[in-house]
Formats: sequence, structure tokens, C-alpha cells
Amino acid sequence: MNAILKSILSLGFVAALLRVTTPILLAAIGGAISTMAGSKNLALEGIMLVAAFVGVIVSAFTHSVWLAVILGVAAGVAVASILAWCALKLNANIFIAAIALNMLASGVTVFLLSIIAHDKSYSSSLQSLVIPDWNIPLIRDIPIVGKILSGHNIMVYLAFAAVALYSVLIYHTPLGLRIRAVGQNPDAAASVGVSVFKTKFIAIVLSGVLASLGGLYLSMGYVSWFGRDMTSGRGFIAAAAVALGVATPLGTMGASLLFGVVMAISIYMSSLQFPAELIQVWPYVATIAALVVFSVRDERAARKKTGRDVVGSSGSRQ
Amino acid sequence: MTDRQSPVDNFVLRNFRLIRTIVVILLGWFLAALVILAISRDRGTTLRSFFLGPLSSRVLIGSLFETMTPLVFTGLALAIQFQAKQFNLGAEGCFFIGATVGTAFAISTRMPTALHIVCTIAVGAAAGAAWNWLPGYLKAKYGSSELVCSLMLNYVALYLGLYLINYHFRDTAANEMTSYRLPTTATLPRILPGTRLHIGFLIALAVAVLFWVFLYRTKWGYQIRMVGSNINFAKANGINTGRVIVLAQVIGGAVAGLGGIIQIMGIDQRFLYESLPGFGFDGIVVTRIALNNPLLVIPSALFLAYLKVGGSYMNLMGDVPAELVNVVEGVIILLISSEALLETWRYRIMMRKASER
Repeated sequence: MNAILKSILSLGFVAALLRVTTPILLAAIGGAISTMAGSKNLALEGIMLVAAFVGVIVSAFTHSVWLAVILGVAAGVAVASILAWCALKLNANIFIAAIALNMLASGVTVFLLSIIAHDKSYSSSLQSLVIPDWNIPLIRDIPIVGKILSGHNIMVYLAFAAVALYSVLIYHTPLGLRIRAVGQNPDAAASVGVSVFKTKFIAIVLSGVLASLGGLYLSMGYVSWFGRDMTSGRGFIAAAAVALGVATPLGTMGASLLFGVVMAISIYMSSLQFPAELIQVWPYVATIAALVVFSVRDERAARKKTGRDVVGSSGSRQ
Repeated sequence: MTDRQSPVDNFVLRNFRLIRTIVVILLGWFLAALVILAISRDRGTTLRSFFLGPLSSRVLIGSLFETMTPLVFTGLALAIQFQAKQFNLGAEGCFFIGATVGTAFAISTRMPTALHIVCTIAVGAAAGAAWNWLPGYLKAKYGSSELVCSLMLNYVALYLGLYLINYHFRDTAANEMTSYRLPTTATLPRILPGTRLHIGFLIALAVAVLFWVFLYRTKWGYQIRMVGSNINFAKANGINTGRVIVLAQVIGGAVAGLGGIIQIMGIDQRFLYESLPGFGFDGIVVTRIALNNPLLVIPSALFLAYLKVGGSYMNLMGDVPAELVNVVEGVIILLISSEALLETWRYRIMMRKASER
């Protein structure tokens, strides 16, 4: 126990925490935008996977990190657009459509991996690149603080910048106002001339951009290869972080960090003599626990407000 | 007023959902053919192995029904939950938990054959039911999303199941990560010589019929369907909607767990999965194609099994990876779920009918 405490209080732990939180935070902010617009995006998982794959392939063949990032985001946006089109125009249930896209993403990436890299599990035969780290001038020279703040992957900084940008977007811009209006009451928004379709579409596409960045970090920063189904539920954990943080910027960030702490601790504990399976299970259990806590809280609040049971009206809470 | 409307129009309107489903399936096949034509260097062999492979020998026909068996179970698990409009996608985890707990039970007990089989099956189903109770309960009591909860539980099932097998029932003499063999008293008899087709196939068909009877001919089944079509109406009519929500998910979990343990007892006869095998997600395709009807789950599972067996045969004989099947699956769910697809066609027929009147 002492060993664990010691490692948690170390600088290495902070770095590990930032590393595991980044992909979840990027995807969660994306999920928060579309949730604000009233369209929960459960295809974050598939979007991340597709972007992670495209990033590795493009960087291996063009030797350009930035082209890889741009095309990776474009691919993720394409997936998000399909989701938006099916849900908003073709009346598909958005959850089922998202699950279908996740399956499709898993299938397409392994299919193409096996054609391009001649391996169904890893892209290790390809020489793919990584997104560089950022050593912040001046700050890096400050003792201790410099070590904590400087020298992380650019995507780490981008993830936290995304929280601030999301906050500005949602509370201080006309688009943000429209997104919130459409999310809270689409009919009222439509009656004052806001296009519900357009607003939701934009929100889902934005969620695609952010989830793609999270996916790109996984395969071009966290590690330097693409592996079959390498997102392993991070998109769903991000969705849970959105639910936990009620889609607000700070709440979503806090929830993502919470999941990050659990994951980072589980990484540290795996170096001890302890069954790996019982450690790997932690983040998922934490997600369920958080879901329970917040459902209970919401239900109490709703009951206080309306004085009745909420089950009947909970269809919309999905 | 005489009936002057064209019989074709009437037929289309009456069976619109079915026709749309068939169109989507054909589109899926068409897409597969296009991809094969685009990337294969030996198009003839690859196409033939994908589309006709499953029928080319007795062994492959046997494996068609083998592959179909778990799909029927997970398809039914999702069908009953979708009928109650519960988007619980935990069939994957229930399948896994049913398989692991059932395996553990079978290995650690000694009984005469018939009793051992029945008890092991019961334990697998009970484990699946218990596993799926939580999302149902949370939904009914607190209105929390069964979707997120069940998806997380899939991963919990994976790691806890692996822990159970790897740390307590692992066959250390074997080279791979696998459990001890199931005692012969707990394996299912094979029914087609030369193949692995086992009696679980017949159990699957029987359960599908039972589910149909339950959903369409019993009070509980009626309540499940009513909660699915309009929960407020169901509640206004005095139905205990919370209990129905939990019931649908517990039954779904039970049948998924049943599928898991039957797969182990019939096919592998030891537990050798190292990741989630994906049958739970395949169940979504199966029930979507079957329009959530338990009887239609049978042909629907057969269709998906045909795709899968064709896919792996193509992987073997031709030069296109079997994952093509997963791509086709995803496209099929996406298109079937897009309710407005072909809606303009239906609308045109309806307008024509109205103007004829």
C-alpha cells in the first residue's frame, strides 16, 4: 500500500495521469458538444478508432505528421456525418446507428489493416510517426513546475485547451446559444427560426473532430502503432464522463480526470504482484458506480421537482 | 367501392418492413461483391467461396448450423429487450459470464450425464440473468441509461470472467490460455456425424419457438410489448412498468448466458476465449433483420451464419479478409435502422392508392 501511495505522489504519476486522460478528455468534450445539442453521440468509440487507423496509415505512407492528423480528423468527421445523417434525416435510432458505426469502424479498420499491413492485429510492419512533444520555452526551465507542465505531447495541451474552447463556444457564442436552445427545446428553437437539423449536424460533426483527435493521440502519441480495436471502450468511457459531468466543461473535465486517475492507478498497480484482470476492470466498474450515483441524484432532484416517479418519462433521458 | 387497386401496391404496403429488410440484405450482399471485385486478384475463386462456399460440403453445412446456434440465442436476447424498447447491449457480457461461470461449475462438480448437462445449462443461464439484472434494475428504479451501464458491464464481464478462468480453472498443461476440459458428463451430444453440430442447435430452435409463444400468447409477453410500444399507456393501464423493464432484461440475460454455456458445452468443450467473442453484437444484426420477432430470428441467424461461414471460407480459399463480413454487418444494421429509407417509395404508393379511391 505504501508503495502505491509513494508512486501516486510522484511526478511520473502526473505524467501517466495526463497520458491516460487525454484521449478520454478529447472524446468527452466532443461528446459533451453533441449532448448539449440533444444528440448523444455513442459512436465516439468508432470515430476514435477510424481516426487512429487513418493517422497511422497516412503518416506511414506520406511521412507527414500533420497530413496524418488532418486526414485522420477528416475520416472521423466522415463517420460523424454518417451518424448525423442517419439519425437526423433517415430517422434512425441514434444509439443503434452509433453501435452499427462502431461495428463498421472495427470491421473496416481490421479489414484494411490486413490488406495494407498484412497483419490482422498490429500495424507494426509500418513505419508510422508520432505527434511531437512540446517543451514550453521558459516554463520548462522552472524547477519541478517545469517538469509537471512542460514536455508533454501536443495533444495533451490540446485536450485541456479544448475544455476552455468548449466553454467559450457554448456560453459565449451565437452558435453555442443555438446548440443549447436546440438541446433543451427543439420546438421552441425551431419556432424562432433556428434550424434544428443544421445545429445538431454541426454539433455532431464537432464531436467527430474532437473524438478524432483523441483517437489520433492513441495511435500517434500514447503508442506509435495501430492495434485491432485499440480504443477498447475509451469512447464509451468518454460518453460516461459526459453523463457524469452533465456535459458542462468543468464537469466533463473533472469526470474524465477521475477516470484517468483510476486508469493510472491501475497501470501502477499492474507492476505489483496482483492479477492483471482485476486491475483492468477498475475503470469500467468506476463508470458504473458513477452512473449509479448520478442517476440516484438526478432521480431525487426530479422527484422533488415534480413530486412523482420519473420512470415513465425517462424515455427521453436515454 | 370496388377494389381497383393494384395487388402489387397492396402487397408492398402490407409487407413494407419485410421488403425493406430484404432490399437492405441484398444491398449488403451487393456491397460485399463490389468490394471483392475491387480488391481480389482471383475474383472467380473468391466470389465463389464467399457466396457458395457454405453449401459446398457436408462439413461446411454442419458448420453453418453450428455458427447459427449462438446467434439464435443472442438474437433472441436482444429481440425481447428491443420489444420492451430497452436498449441493453449487454448480451455480449451475459454470453461471456454464462460461458465462464458455467464452465467453472461443470469442471468443479461431478454428476451423472443428463443431470450434469441440465445443471450446467441452468447455471449458465442463471449467471447471465443475474448479470443483466443490474442495468434493468437501475433503469426501472432510477431511470439511468441501461445502454451505458450494459456496455460497461460487458468489459467487467470480460475481465472478471478471464480472472475466474485464468486463476482458478486454467489448464496449466496446455500451451494456450484455456480452461481444463469439461468432464464428458457435461458435454452436449453431437447430432451430425463428421461435424461439430450438437444438440444445442435443437435447443436454440425450441427456445425461439418458446419465446414467440411467450411474447405473443402470454400476459407477461403482452405487457413487455405494451411497455415497448407506449410506456405511458402501459402505466396508465395499471402495468407495473418497472417490473416489466427488469423482467425483459433478466430474460434477455438468461438466454444470452444460455447461448454462452451451450457454445462451450457443444463446440469447444473447454473455455478458450481471450477476448469478447462478439456474438452479443452479432445479436443486434440478427434481431434487426428479424424485426424483433423470435420466429424470424431463426432465418435471420441463418443468414448471418451464411455470411460468416462464407467469409471464413473466402479467407481460406480466396484473398479477401473475413472481416469483410463485419463491414457488411455494420452497413446492414445502419440501413435497417434508418427508418426513413425507401419511405418516399411507400409514400408514393400510398398517395396513388388514395387518389384511386
